[in-house]
Amino acid sequence: MNTPKPRALILIALGLLMLGGFIFLMLRSGPLAPVRVTTATVVSAVLENSVFGVGVVEAERSYAIGPTIASRVQRVLVDVGDSVKAGQLLAEMDPVDLDERVAASQAAIARARHAVDVARAQLRDAEVRQDLAARNARRYASLGEQAFFSDAAVESKQQESQSALAVSSAARAQLEAARLDLERLGAERAAVEKLRANVRLHAPVAGVVTARDAEPGTTLVAGQSVLRMVDPTSVRIRTRIDQGRAGAIRNGQEALVVLRSRPGTPVPGKVARIEFNSDAVTEERIVQVGFDHLPGDFSLGELAEVTIATTRSEGVLAVPNAALHRQGDASGVWRVEDGTIRFVPVQLGETALDGRVVVLAGLREGERIVVHSERELRAEDSIKVVESLDGKQR
Amino acid sequence: MISLAGRDILHSWSKYVFTGVGLGLLIGVTLSMAGIYRGMVDDAQVLLRNSGADIWVVQQETLGPYAEPSSLRDDVYRSVLGLPGVADAANVTYLNMQIRHDERDVRVMAVGFEPGQPGEPPFLSAGRHIARNHYEVVADARTGFRLGERIRIRRQDHTVVGLTRRMVSSSGDPMVFLPLKDAQEAQFLKDNDAIVNERARTAANPALNRPGVPGLLDAIQASQTTSRSANAVLVRVASGWDSEQVAEGIRRWKHLEAFTRVQMEEILVSKLIETSARQIGTFLVILAIVSAAIVSFIIYTMTLGKIRELAVLKLIGTRNRTIAGMILQESLGLGLIGFVIGKTVATLWAPYFPKYVLLLPGDAIRGLVAVMLVCALASLVAIRAALKVDPATAIGG
Repeated sequence: MNTPKPRALILIALGLLMLGGFIFLMLRSGPLAPVRVTTATVVSAVLENSVFGVGVVEAERSYAIGPTIASRVQRVLVDVGDSVKAGQLLAEMDPVDLDERVAASQAAIARARHAVDVARAQLRDAEVRQDLAARNARRYASLGEQAFFSDAAVESKQQESQSALAVSSAARAQLEAARLDLERLGAERAAVEKLRANVRLHAPVAGVVTARDAEPGTTLVAGQSVLRMVDPTSVRIRTRIDQGRAGAIRNGQEALVVLRSRPGTPVPGKVARIEFNSDAVTEERIVQVGFDHLPGDFSLGELAEVTIATTRSEGVLAVPNAALHRQGDASGVWRVEDGTIRFVPVQLGETALDGRVVVLAGLREGERIVVHSERELRAEDSIKVVESLDGKQR
Repeated sequence: MISLAGRDILHSWSKYVFTGVGLGLLIGVTLSMAGIYRGMVDDAQVLLRNSGADIWVVQQETLGPYAEPSSLRDDVYRSVLGLPGVADAANVTYLNMQIRHDERDVRVMAVGFEPGQPGEPPFLSAGRHIARNHYEVVADARTGFRLGERIRIRRQDHTVVGLTRRMVSSSGDPMVFLPLKDAQEAQFLKDNDAIVNERARTAANPALNRPGVPGLLDAIQASQTTSRSANAVLVRVASGWDSEQVAEGIRRWKHLEAFTRVQMEEILVSKLIETSARQIGTFLVILAIVSAAIVSFIIYTMTLGKIRELAVLKLIGTRNRTIAGMILQESLGLGLIGFVIGKTVATLWAPYFPKYVLLLPGDAIRGLVAVMLVCALASLVAIRAALKVDPATAIGG
């Protein structure tokens, strides 16, 4: 019975090997296994801070051009996309009877002018009569003293002279009235002409027509527009930036604009204005970003992604934001201490768009911290540092 | 003293080992089934753990946001934040959707959250957290997305900036975390065709498109495309406060439903996944019974197979205790081999299951005890058969 001995040994060895493998497997995978993590060293770094927001291309100055009274569109002279000069005639509303009213008032003015002439002639006639009557009266008075004429005759001549004086002042007043009439008619004509001019719609500034809202024949009420135009020099990106990150934005900061139509080509710009009113509902600050050079083809209302470079801090301690964890009320990182880990609360500063966060207090340069982990870490976990956690999954 | 069991095993060791392996695979399946059940419950709990919230504030009279739909205005969180005992409050949205990726659709749960607030993924396995408040996402590794990849959610392209693990919905779909505003748009903003059709419909309504009121139509149309809702507000309770007390305040004064973690777990585990968990549980029980039966039969037939040898042993005057011990040892050995093999294969194949399989050490120990117990019981039947063998069969037949 010596033959089974080596076989038994082999079998026992195999059994032990299997058991060892089993124990190894239990310790390397499953809840008892060490957690694989990646680590990073805390280093002092230069942090280019920037904020990101989404905006819409808009013209800050846009004009809705329409009639001031309800009327019908007669003709529209420009179309969408046309560049127009300041003062250029763009459209005209139907004047209805305004031209006739201008003609009527012109005729009335001519008539009034004649009335002035008549009054002037009448005044002249009255003055001549008054002159004669005055002389007659004087003459009768001196002859009446020498008793050539009776008192009655002298008084009659005096009355004539007084009447002639009154007639001439009436004629003067009439002339003045005719003159004022002429003035009134002149003013009336000016008013009608202004009304007539008002139905012609002119460009208030040089710009581009963006919309043609009404065609000839359409009746519009006051306030509706026939055409809309914008001043292309006032094109801005109305950018909405989360209030929580908007604190460092200042006028004039550099910005990169990516229009949705051209995702690969960022266009440089600058912060033109930070609006005083922010959006209370969406909790966003509104920042107007201007293009350095207006891109050739853009459309108003187009979505744009805007990255504004805000501040630059040098010599700060920065950690990846993936390293940050919360424990209770505190934010902190897992610090590696001789193969074990310890949660260290830290005080945080700004976050850069590359995901690094400034640590103001709690860590020192050169310390190693856990960045990525296979699962959420606990203080009693043992760790295994690896290069990356890609691929293998438990 | 020689080990009778050892000798017997060595005599036909290959048969013994292969029987053990077969048994092991069966035990492996049973352990995996237990793991599937545990994984299912864990899926529900991990959803709560990872959200980092103590209280879920949802629409009144609903069991939202996971078990029922819930919709809140997204400024509700401000009034919640003002209540005593509330340390953090943040909006979240949850939306089950399909995302196209490499010619196939990935079913995900899109979570809208505010960076630094409850609802954020608690750890990452690669990449970084979201730093912009638009167009970046952190995805669960199970989605198959890679770092730097661009995925399309509704009308916007988003860049995958970070990967995490074990972030699943209660039904096991991997999560994709995106900034709240993008998630709101994805959930509440209609697609372009619907918006255009809706505009035309509004414009055709004479009551809304009145000639005498310029601007009315524009105002109505602008008000139709809003996305100012959230599904829930996650609340973190300040230290020193009782969750239930804070939740009671929210229910009473804000007229919203508030669930503490205990209540939410109750909703998820005992309501949402109850039937499917019971289904798996029932199957697990059946599988365990079947395994026990098979183990018993194997040992019984193994014993019956050596009736003649046992009769010889009896004939030469071996004590009953020795024979019983031999059968018991063989049986327990078989159980041990089976358990080791079973646990090994279950551990090895667990990652390849499409849904999470959680193998708890406690379950493994319980499994070991059960296997040993079943083997011991099964051997009792076999021992009884062995002891009843008539020694005469050794010579007569």
